[in-house]
Amino acid sequence: MAAQRAARTNDEADHPSSPVLQFGADKPLKLDAGALLSPFQIAYQTYGSLNDARSNAILVCHALTGDQHVANANPVTGKPGWWEVLIGPGKIIDTNRFFVICSNVIGGCLGSTGPASTNAATGKPYGLDLPIITIRDMVRAQAMLIDHFGIEKLFCVLGGSMGGMQVLEWAASYPERVFCALPIATGARHSSQNIAFHEVGRQAVMADPDWHGGKYLEFGKRPEKGLAVARMAAHITYLSEAALHRKFGRNLQDREALTFGFDADFQIESYLRHQGMTFVDRFDANSYLYLTRAMDYFDLAADHGGRLADAFAGTKTRFCLVSFTSDWLFPTEESRSIVHALNAAGASVSFVEIETDRGHDAFLLDEPELFAAINGFIASAARARGLGA
Amino acid sequence: MSVNRAQRVDLDVVTNLIPANSRVLDVGSGDGVLLELLQETKQVDGRGMELSQRGVNECVARGLSVIQGDADKDLAFYPDKGFDFVVLSQTLQATRNPKVVLDELLRIGNRAIVSFPNFGHWRVRFSLLIKGRMPVTKDLPYSWYDTPNIHFCTIRDFVNLCEELGATVEKATALDANGQKIGLSMPWWFWNFFGQQAVFLLRR
Repeated sequence: MAAQRAARTNDEADHPSSPVLQFGADKPLKLDAGALLSPFQIAYQTYGSLNDARSNAILVCHALTGDQHVANANPVTGKPGWWEVLIGPGKIIDTNRFFVICSNVIGGCLGSTGPASTNAATGKPYGLDLPIITIRDMVRAQAMLIDHFGIEKLFCVLGGSMGGMQVLEWAASYPERVFCALPIATGARHSSQNIAFHEVGRQAVMADPDWHGGKYLEFGKRPEKGLAVARMAAHITYLSEAALHRKFGRNLQDREALTFGFDADFQIESYLRHQGMTFVDRFDANSYLYLTRAMDYFDLAADHGGRLADAFAGTKTRFCLVSFTSDWLFPTEESRSIVHALNAAGASVSFVEIETDRGHDAFLLDEPELFAAINGFIASAARARGLGA
Repeated sequence: MSVNRAQRVDLDVVTNLIPANSRVLDVGSGDGVLLELLQETKQVDGRGMELSQRGVNECVARGLSVIQGDADKDLAFYPDKGFDFVVLSQTLQATRNPKVVLDELLRIGNRAIVSFPNFGHWRVRFSLLIKGRMPVTKDLPYSWYDTPNIHFCTIRDFVNLCEELGATVEKATALDANGQKIGLSMPWWFWNFFGQQAVFLLRR
């Protein structure tokens, strides 16, 4: 079963089960690393239909380990789309009303060009021959996808975590193409602590002998142990101490007493091992390296002369930022500094902090206050955009 | 959103001072009642800042553009003259440093509108003079030990502060206990004695 899923993940890299847009030699992707990526492809999903004025499009940006399957069953895991609680017919982001687009990021592994994709020049998977990808590169590729749909201005761009970084990049790079922006549980730069956690994850992958210097696919292997450890460490950062205590405490896993060994005595150990094991089937290890690096490199203020407000100078985009009290990966202060920069730029901005003990991952969960904020913000923006109910 | 009658009148006075389609920042926007009123009646481009997270979340859920922020700290982030009007309604007395806050309002807005409860009202004076107790009234319902209002002033005190900050009083209105406007021709001492609320329109 796990092997089947892993094989499926390998297949999705070149031949995704979602629609895919291919760009030939005439349309290379200019990368921040200085190279041109060509040919390349973007795998995407859409829901609902574009109106005649092409004014009802919403772009959803996915997080580090997300994908384009935001509101449909995932082709590898069979699980519901990662934001189906929010997006769908009659939901808060109503696909009867809006045209929702979600694409796999460049550097990802579910169909957009990434390290697991076949390099046309060699006929082998890119591996580490793929240039480093940045958040801005991902957004530049998404803009080419939006061009393909003939959409001049997106009604809304939204996303959490790494998705939120893309939202901020969209608003900074293409202010005239974004009517409203909803960056959730994110920051305008990756903090030192966050880079540190990512480095632990990458080193775990690279320490796995099955990684083979990044060429594991050529050897018919996958560095599952290393990637699982990376995922376990990262997963802790998505939760909170309070939530871990509430869910697991010091409870033992299917046993009456400690075994005086290194088995998963505690429920939390068993839970983390499960998280690690299920992740490796659906994700490419090199993709994990590239995408964590993209987040590490993100520093929107540095891209604008060191002053974050300058990234948003003169913007007409309406913003709504959301943070969660127990998120220690992107604490409220990160959002607040973006709010201050937007204030300084004279932008229209709302900012809610939501009280929850569910940590960073709260943005993916059924959080009524989050939904109320998104609903209010989207509804009022839709009125301003002339999109009837 | 429950608003008592005196508050209601205060909102109406503030609303009447603001022309249609203005850019307005409401500092201490509470549950958004003034912003909503201004959007409905004056089609303003309205923004709010509110200390309580609950108030902010309610405002945003209702589609208002509001951030969580502290008037004492977060006004510094706004650019000079970014708004036509900055409103501070019934909040000045709860700030830590009213002078700095007022200075910021005059910097951020072309005009500032400030409303506050007048501590020179005769009931307040009466309570201290005769009863020897800190006043607790309908509009100021807190006891001294649990009040958020840490910097009360009288209408005359406020006029002095405006002078100190080089602000021009373009218009001032005092409301009596029934929420009625006190006649314009009355001298300051009369307003200071009978005005329960005051609303000032300032510029610098």
